[in-house]
Amino acid sequence: MKKVILIVAFLGLLAIIAVGTLSQKESEPTTLMKLKEKYSKKEKPSVDHSKFAALQQKFNSPQEVTKACESCHNMTAHQVMNSNHWNWEREEYVEGRGIIYLGKGNAINNFCIGTQGNEGSCAKCHIGLGMDEKRTVFTDSTNIDCLVCHDNSETYAKANEKGGAPDMSLDFNKIAQSVGKPRRSNCGVCHFYGGGGNNVKHGDLEMTQFEPTKEIDIHMATDGMNLTCVECHTTEQHNLSGKVYSLSSMSRNRNTCEDCHTATPHKDDILNEHTIKVACQTCHIPTYAKGNATKMYWDWSTAGKLKNGEPYVEEDSMGNHAYMSIKGSFVWKKNVKPDYIWFNGTASHYLEGDKIQDTSKSLVLNKLHGSYADDESKITPVKIHVAKQPYDPINRILIQPKLYADKKGEGAFWKDFNWEKAAEVGMKDAGLPFSGKVSFIKTEMYWPVNHMVASKENTVQCKECHTRENSRLAGLKDFYMPGRDYSKIVDIGGMWILILTILGIFTHAVIRFLSYRKLKNEVSK
Amino acid sequence: MSKKQVYIYKSFERFWHWMQAILIFFLAFTGFEIHDTYTFFGYRDAVRYHNVAAYMLIALIVFAIFWHLTTGEYKQYIPTFKNIRAQLDYYIFGIFRNAPHPTKKTVLSKLNPLQKFTYFGLKILVIPVSVTSGLLYMFYRYPSKQGVEAINIESLEFIAIFHTIAAILLVIFIVTHLYLITTGESVTSNLRAMLTGFEELEDANNSTENIAEKNLSTKNLE
Ligand code: HEM
Repeated sequence: MKKVILIVAFLGLLAIIAVGTLSQKESEPTTLMKLKEKYSKKEKPSVDHSKFAALQQKFNSPQEVTKACESCHNMTAHQVMNSNHWNWEREEYVEGRGIIYLGKGNAINNFCIGTQGNEGSCAKCHIGLGMDEKRTVFTDSTNIDCLVCHDNSETYAKANEKGGAPDMSLDFNKIAQSVGKPRRSNCGVCHFYGGGGNNVKHGDLEMTQFEPTKEIDIHMATDGMNLTCVECHTTEQHNLSGKVYSLSSMSRNRNTCEDCHTATPHKDDILNEHTIKVACQTCHIPTYAKGNATKMYWDWSTAGKLKNGEPYVEEDSMGNHAYMSIKGSFVWKKNVKPDYIWFNGTASHYLEGDKIQDTSKSLVLNKLHGSYADDESKITPVKIHVAKQPYDPINRILIQPKLYADKKGEGAFWKDFNWEKAAEVGMKDAGLPFSGKVSFIKTEMYWPVNHMVASKENTVQCKECHTRENSRLAGLKDFYMPGRDYSKIVDIGGMWILILTILGIFTHAVIRFLSYRKLKNEVSK
Repeated sequence: MSKKQVYIYKSFERFWHWMQAILIFFLAFTGFEIHDTYTFFGYRDAVRYHNVAAYMLIALIVFAIFWHLTTGEYKQYIPTFKNIRAQLDYYIFGIFRNAPHPTKKTVLSKLNPLQKFTYFGLKILVIPVSVTSGLLYMFYRYPSKQGVEAINIESLEFIAIFHTIAAILLVIFIVTHLYLITTGESVTSNLRAMLTGFEELEDANNSTENIAEKNLSTKNLE
């Protein structure tokens, strides 16, 4: 009787363990359901700008539009002029450097290298009107370009190479009366085309996201939640949350998935535990550049070849530029699996004039910090963009060439195709020394991949990382990961002991069988 | 010498044995999938099943310890060097000549000296290493400001390797065990005994080396 009770008790316990562990905990309504409800209600504007008299007047210049805006929004200019969209720089503390002002003004990237001396062209993506090389635009509030962000008529456009001024043929009344919250198109005109073309820089931000499907981006999908950029990148006093590490170095004002989804969004505890060391993006963004290819490699050293004295362009099989006389050769890739690094939210940057320590290795222009042992670090997906860039081998600094000019003879590379001349003029503009020699060095930039989140069904599966062959995390060697790692000695040793055991058993069994037959024969004789 | 059906494995013992066999086999099977030796359930399910089976095994072990202590059966496993030579000789030579088993299986002494050693080793070394390393594997923490330093993630490699070694030893044990159970009185007699509880053994009363009955008898107490 006692035995029976014991066994029944035991079986009961087993059943409880099994049911308890395998059944999913239900906590209704889930965070996800609440989020869906919150964001499916689209906010209605509280005013209709088309009714305002100030916006009915005849506008002769975009500055007059700005004045009209400021006649009501009379505190806004101050906010905008303190924002990094306006200043093209942020105050950042960097270890070893102290407080620096980091931004397009002084950083070097490995796309179009830098803005200095090229403002006329680059400032097409500045929220000001008409930036020149002296950058006087920054002090005059009527130069704020309200419309580039707030136009909701989808017709506003900045002119090419006019320092950020718009196309003058536009209907400014219609545009001014349409204004509202920024849409994907307002952000996208700059942020999708950074580096001089669609999806050149980020890889996860490009023109299909004007109207993406769920396959491209689960958040912004027009057939889904249809989120706009500013629904996540919320603003306070015209300062947006979120930043990109090409130009940021501190872990602050970041926009994180956890802000909405919490740090433990899964039903499965094992998955929730992953979030301590694995960024959400790592599993939820299996590939980037889903709609169009992104630029992975930019070789400036081949630039300058001419056909019959004229610059030319060659395309690859996807129709992307493979060679441009003005820029060099490119490699583009579509549906790219990210690289993975440990990242704690801090970075350090190569700034104009920094000495290159080791010219035999690739120079990382924005080093993202992190390691397995660091509490703050998580495994994070990145796009690594590689380039070959001009540098001065004597002074060991990267060259900021003069690229853009209106006409030939000013030394601009895009007109004259002479590296030495472009370097000389560019370095003078930047106030940096130049030895007269131009060489090329491999540079790398790390772009954390944050957008193009996949649907739940398409997330990265356990086995894509927890595997010996082709693990997505094969490059992160500073920790033990089940499934990927093992001790060679234990595995090979164990296998041999097992093989020998089986062989031993087999031999024993055969001898046993034979001798048993022999004995039987003897007995029967 | 007469033979008799003896009730040698009690019902809890048999239940424990088979549960343990299933669980350890299942743990090894899912464990080596986690180890990426092969793919069967899929990684995620392998992990979930491994965890559930692990809890079951722990529960079973708790019950088994209780049973062994309360019934005194644990004494069966105390290793002895006596006859160990003879047992080895039997497996290496005697078995091929149809020699008799060197030790007698009785209710009070079910295990031969080699079994005693092996099972003692399993109980006191391999299984505890497997369970402890398994629990540490489950409950280690990533480096965090609070938490026990000794079981933070830095030691995971160490934990995992111990767990793997124990797992390999258990697999080797299972393989060997499966073969050795065929070396009883007949090929299936050991298996049948563990299933039914009964085994045909020499009648203990007739055996000369056995404890003299009169010594156990209550008459002497008078
Ligand atoms: C109570 C006992 C056990 C516990 C608590 C346990 C727990 C674990 C845990 C937590 C893992 C890591 C994978 C995961 O996160 O789920 C693991 C892996 C593993 N387990 Fe167990 N386990 C136990 C018993 C066993 C047994 C009996 C075997 C084999 C006979 C086994 C074989 C393995 C193997 C081979 C691995 C893969 C190790 C590696 O590659 O790092 N486990 N176990």
